[in-house]
Amino acid sequence: MTSDAPMLDIRGVCKSFGGLKAVSDFSVALPPGRLHGLIGPNGAGKTTVFNLLTGVYPPDSGDVRLAGRSLRGLKPHQRAAAGLARTFQNIRLFPDLSVLDNVKIACHVRTTHTMAEAILRLPRHRAEERAITERARRMLAIFDLDDRQTEDAKNLPYGAQRRLEIARALATEPKVLLLDEPAAGMNPQEKLGLRALIRKVLADFGLTILLIEHDMGVVMDICDRITVLDYGVIIAEGPPAQIQKNPKVIEAYLGEPATAEA
Amino acid sequence: MSLLAEQARSMRPAWGGSLARGLAPLAAGLVLAVVLQVFIRPYIDPYPAKLLLDIGINCVLAVSLTMVNGFTGQFSMGHAGFMAVGGYASGIVTYYASMRLWGSPEAAGGVLSGILDLQGLPLVTKGDVLFLFSLLVGGTVSGLLGVAVGLPSLRLRGDYLAIVTLGFGEIVRVLIQQTRPVLGTAEEVRSTPTWQLPSHVGGSLGFSGIPTYTSLFWVYLAVAVTLIAAFRLKTGTFGRAFLSIREDEIAAEAMGIKTTRYKVTAFVIAAFFAGIAGGLFSHTLGIGLSAEAAGFLKSFDVIIMVVLGGLGSISGAAAAAVVVTLLPEWLRPVAEYRMVIYALALILMMIFRPKGLFGVREIWERAAWSWLPGWRPAKGARR
Amino acid sequence: MDQFLQTLKDSMAIGSLYALIALGYTMVYGILKFINFAHSDVVVLGAWSSLVFANWAKTHAGWEQTPWWFGSLVLVAAMAFCGTVGFLIERLAYRPLRGAPRLNVLITAIGVSLFLQNAGQLEFIFGTRPRSIPALVVDRSLLTVGRVHLNLLDAIGFVTAVALMVGLDWLVFRTKMGRAMRAVSFSPQTAGLMGVPVDRVISFTFVLGSVLAATGGFLWALKYTQVNQPADTGWTLVGLKAFVAAVVGGIGNVRGAMLGGLAIGVLEQFGSAYLSSSLSDVYVFSLLIVVLLFRPSGILGQAVPEKV
Repeated sequence: MTSDAPMLDIRGVCKSFGGLKAVSDFSVALPPGRLHGLIGPNGAGKTTVFNLLTGVYPPDSGDVRLAGRSLRGLKPHQRAAAGLARTFQNIRLFPDLSVLDNVKIACHVRTTHTMAEAILRLPRHRAEERAITERARRMLAIFDLDDRQTEDAKNLPYGAQRRLEIARALATEPKVLLLDEPAAGMNPQEKLGLRALIRKVLADFGLTILLIEHDMGVVMDICDRITVLDYGVIIAEGPPAQIQKNPKVIEAYLGEPATAEA
Repeated sequence: MSLLAEQARSMRPAWGGSLARGLAPLAAGLVLAVVLQVFIRPYIDPYPAKLLLDIGINCVLAVSLTMVNGFTGQFSMGHAGFMAVGGYASGIVTYYASMRLWGSPEAAGGVLSGILDLQGLPLVTKGDVLFLFSLLVGGTVSGLLGVAVGLPSLRLRGDYLAIVTLGFGEIVRVLIQQTRPVLGTAEEVRSTPTWQLPSHVGGSLGFSGIPTYTSLFWVYLAVAVTLIAAFRLKTGTFGRAFLSIREDEIAAEAMGIKTTRYKVTAFVIAAFFAGIAGGLFSHTLGIGLSAEAAGFLKSFDVIIMVVLGGLGSISGAAAAAVVVTLLPEWLRPVAEYRMVIYALALILMMIFRPKGLFGVREIWERAAWSWLPGWRPAKGARR
Repeated sequence: MDQFLQTLKDSMAIGSLYALIALGYTMVYGILKFINFAHSDVVVLGAWSSLVFANWAKTHAGWEQTPWWFGSLVLVAAMAFCGTVGFLIERLAYRPLRGAPRLNVLITAIGVSLFLQNAGQLEFIFGTRPRSIPALVVDRSLLTVGRVHLNLLDAIGFVTAVALMVGLDWLVFRTKMGRAMRAVSFSPQTAGLMGVPVDRVISFTFVLGSVLAATGGFLWALKYTQVNQPADTGWTLVGLKAFVAAVVGGIGNVRGAMLGGLAIGVLEQFGSAYLSSSLSDVYVFSLLIVVLLFRPSGILGQAVPEKV
């Protein structure tokens, strides 16, 4: 694979619910290292795109390729194993488990020992458990959560829960990370921190990121390119400066003006 | 190779130490079982001894059901069905094998009858080998049935499992009632083809004549094995994967957890241990194994233990098994109210302490006691 | 041919009872998305309260022969009693758990079921022995085809069941309350925001389901005369089969429950008549597993994907 071959290649994906076309002919190609924004008014089909990518529902047509490999027919957990991780718009942590365990669970997909080895406590199990603990702790340190690792996830403040979701997603060792409105519910201070954090993990983890975000301040600041979705159809794609001036985009956002909040 | 696996390679401990530490708790369990049998059993009456057996068997049942109902958050209501299947399967093995091999269903020397009063028998007798083998057969048959029951229902949403397992227990009961009479003499057994023997388990009259191999030693060895396996699952990466399914199945799947596979796995492991418990139950002195063993009532008993102990708490389930087994003794003056009290306890527990008494925590964890009045979280944890 | 007709008659008679009971499961499931395990115990209450009331009234009135309207009076009394119990169950046990995880609600339902069974077993309530309900109707043959008789009792049972189902269908699809029920079933939150009194609709659903259960219990007692003790496993089986009927028809779907009930009746009776009678429970649960494997949303149900 050459370096300019797309890491995530979405080709002509369509999905209807009943008679409603939720997403039609969605195509985007992300080269490695790209931070790509996906924006659009409420109900434009952005989260549906994520659900189609992660296999929550099957697309009616089209194909998704991750690092050159087709994901067709794969279940969500198989896609995670292939290197696709996500966060959720309405946070879905494991509420009654500790912060540390939340991240440890995401390491499971990269373990190689068997259940028998775990019950007999054989060396491979012990080694991997140690590695899991170490990695999970390091991940929490990056996201500034290391002093709360024994708390139940449900007791974290909102912003910390959002960060924990990203930490958890990263623990699966993804090639591509899908972030669904990571800044939602954060205060301006937290949003600034989030921008820096996303840039940092993009570089440090060698990621490719597809980002859904309503906060134009965040999107316009950190994204390399942006795709705009309206009624399930792509109406524009380009670098942030170009998108901001695109008349179709402005029209789509009329009544919901694209103001920079942060 | 994943970063994690790479990192783990450099951390791998030596085999010898791992194995020794891995087996140490089992050795401790073995010692405990021997102590119970050799130093306790001879000094207590048969009745408390029987209670101790019941407690142990119920511990195995409750802890195994915790893996399904507590860890993965599914809800099985047919645990007694698996227990009965295991009990019948291992009973068939010991009864008919004894008939074929030794011409009589009598116990061919129990392990610790050997230790206590050697009577010229070796420490581990042929009967014990057969019994151990039969327990494994019982567990395996029950586990295989677990696959057959779990696969269709666990592909769907959780509460279907409840209804399917409830139905499964009934099917087991009805099918057992259709079986043919037990063959009473060695000649009959020899003249019957082996593949037909499993159908001769007494029908609605019950399966009597199973040799009585079950002793405190075997029961508490099984308790130790079950507890160790359950703890090691729970505290390792597989246990966390199980718990994540309970917490949020969609998020678990998105994090790469094979939710369907693990739900079935947990269910099968639970069925296996229920089968072992069934084997221990059917070889207990004075038990006429009958189809009723597969009925709802026994399943409900086990469910109550799991729910009271805390959904996901192994030590909680074990403690509840002790309490629920002894409770009828204490409630004897108001015996007819026993089930009414259980039922009310279940409802009130769900309303006021929905995760059970100890929740997912173990008894020695501080957070397990949060239901006590005046409880404060540990200093380290910020609220 | 006689055997076929006889079996068909039996299928319809028992199937319509399963359907009546299945309706209660399906309505509660449709609205609250949980299996109301205690529903079959309300059926038992229906049978026992009919029995107790009939006995009491008969001894006090001192009739030689019961007047024709007495049966309907017993039914109404049983309906009122079970409706009240259903209301209380929802209010005391299920409402505090609104919004709790499904598992907790399920366990509570099991608790309620155990409570009703074992409280009923107490000596001063119904006791631990089966009892017989006095004859409320003088049975006679209405119609004879070959050697198969269609009796008055069969006809009453079937007609009552069908009439109630038609009435329920009308209620759910043609009235304001029915629309509110369907709205709550679709989304309690949204329905609440739209001004639907969610709590009242849920209470109403429970009362309605319990009233149908009472009818089921009453007809059951009428049909078999002997009423088994409340914790008899036979009752749990009846409830389970009715639940299977609801699943087969498509859980949450009122018409599906009726269809499923009749289907279970046919399967059970024809299986017993033509294959082996001792395995009739096995057929029903095998059907459940087959349906779960190949059409998990049931005959008339629609698969609803979970929102992420």
